[in-house]
Amino acid sequence: MENFIYSMIIAATPLLLAAIGELVAERSGVLNLGVEGMMLMGAVVAFAVANSTGSTPLAILAGAGAGAGMALIFSVIALSLLANQAATGLALTIFGIGASGLIGQSFVGIALEPLAKLSIPFLTESTAVGRILLGHDPMVYMALALAAGVAWFLYNTRGGLALRAVGDNHDSGHALGYNVIAIRYMATLFGGACAGLGGAYLSLAYTPMWAENMTAGRGWIALALVVFATWRPLRLVAGAYLFAAVTQLQFYGQDWGLPIASQFLAMAPYVATILALVIISRDVNLTKANAPACIGKPFRAER
Amino acid sequence: MIRKFTLALAGLMIATGAYAADLKVGFVYVGPVGDFGWSYQHDQGRLAIEKEFGDRVETTFVESVPEGPDAERVVRQLAASGHGLIFTTSFGYMDPTLKVAKMFPNVKFEHATGYKRADNVSTYSARFYEGRHVIGTIAGMMTKTKKIGYIASVPIPEVVRGINAATLAARAIDPEITTQVIWVNSWYDPGKEADAAKALMSNGADVIMQHTDSPAALQAAENAGVFAFGQASNMIKFAPTKQLSAIIDDWAPYYIERVRAALDGTWVSTDTWGGIAAGEVQMAPYTNMPDDVKAAAEKAAADIASGAVHAFTGPIKDRDGVEMIAAGATADDGMLAGMNWFVEGVLGDLPK
Repeated sequence: MENFIYSMIIAATPLLLAAIGELVAERSGVLNLGVEGMMLMGAVVAFAVANSTGSTPLAILAGAGAGAGMALIFSVIALSLLANQAATGLALTIFGIGASGLIGQSFVGIALEPLAKLSIPFLTESTAVGRILLGHDPMVYMALALAAGVAWFLYNTRGGLALRAVGDNHDSGHALGYNVIAIRYMATLFGGACAGLGGAYLSLAYTPMWAENMTAGRGWIALALVVFATWRPLRLVAGAYLFAAVTQLQFYGQDWGLPIASQFLAMAPYVATILALVIISRDVNLTKANAPACIGKPFRAER
Repeated sequence: MIRKFTLALAGLMIATGAYAADLKVGFVYVGPVGDFGWSYQHDQGRLAIEKEFGDRVETTFVESVPEGPDAERVVRQLAASGHGLIFTTSFGYMDPTLKVAKMFPNVKFEHATGYKRADNVSTYSARFYEGRHVIGTIAGMMTKTKKIGYIASVPIPEVVRGINAATLAARAIDPEITTQVIWVNSWYDPGKEADAAKALMSNGADVIMQHTDSPAALQAAENAGVFAFGQASNMIKFAPTKQLSAIIDDWAPYYIERVRAALDGTWVSTDTWGGIAAGEVQMAPYTNMPDDVKAAAEKAAADIASGAVHAFTGPIKDRDGVEMIAAGATADDGMLAGMNWFVEGVLGDLPK
């Protein structure tokens, strides 16, 4: 059980990183469907930098930078050139998958040391709780700190208020004097950087190697998690851990001899997400009240 | 003037025709060449063909083709674009290959690990279970907790054979050994394979085997200090202190032979199932083990190659206690090809 919880926390981290960035972007009104491609670019660039320079902090930064770079392409096309956001995002996903495969060709078959885990002399070695809470690598705590930081930013600062205002009604935001496009640019770049971090976690800590398409759909799950959490950061943390728990059950369940077919266990995380979405959407007003009203709509200043 | 131009054009076409390859060979892979496992080894076979035949052949490959309707489209595209010999390298390409083969009777197809043939469709596979017998022997001698962890992909006879062969060999060393199977329902998913490995290790397995295509599980084992085996290629780089050996698929000799047959016009539809003796299954160097284990492994491989030992020699009972192979008898190819039962000592469900 201890290992189950430990694995669950590790499995949730890339999802949480990508989803929290996407939450900020969507809160500002930008529907960024390119998360999967940005995660993969982050993964390959982080791996390449870690392999070439041997410096983990530099690799993490590079991964975030790669994700932000992809998000910049997205922003220019969708925010400045006013292309359809959904189509642009999908195009960037496909681009990211291909480009990462191309860049990663020379890095296949190379193994890295995984990110060093914290080890506090007494706590992490001997007690189960100590290991579960304190024995992870830095990026796990970074993800949680990011989630807390985003929650604080969105609800306790003027900047967060401006961002939410722009997402709910960009015309009145513009009338108030907020630079809608600039705010959306920054939100999208942050979203891309977080997706890049999520990908970097995969290739530096989760399975410290590069393998083509190694995100295996996690970007799409992150997108679903944002909706599942009704665009609220703390619910997102809960959603990410729930999804990760059900995903790990796939393996531990078979090991524990649960009398459930393995294919059903493989299906379970996605079914759980859909069920949760259905339960949340039962109250239509609740969902409508929480979704950013201007999500996906291109903004063009009237005056 | 026009006549001269036409003659020149004709001459140019003939000249370029003289440089065209005699045979275009197509390859369809189920995963990326970069998986450093199954598809990587097939690609090594393709490179061997290019090296052997040089200008006489032109090879094309399409990677990461999912098993299903997309596969049919890819195979048809290859057949329609002038490829004379097409290798489809995964079990799930069986029906798409046969469908396209009907439409293109002059194109030759080679389907890996399948069991349906036609006049222009051959099947080929390797007796990986012989390799499993060897690694089962090693695992039997190396395990201290008497638990082997097995990461399995999809419940097809080939995978079941491998699980059974490894378990039988390990239990021949110590009858108390059990094999815990976890299905990941995918041939290639590094994240899932690593997670499955961690789950197995947390439940006490101290030797990990896999029938999936990436080195992620091996890496997880190395980081946890647990012994493991590479799959399809030598993955020692990912587990320098913990890889005991690996089952290596060497397709090059078979591929070269088939291309030569296609070029010479002697190609006919056959079923080839080569093992250690034929060189299709090779064992990676035995590392990280004491000398007596290494000697036992080498003996097991030699016995299989010479035919002295068959990986499935009776008496063998399934998990319900029904005797499937009588004492002294060996499983025939028919039983092996359709194996859908586990031997005693395998834990985990077998989805039907």
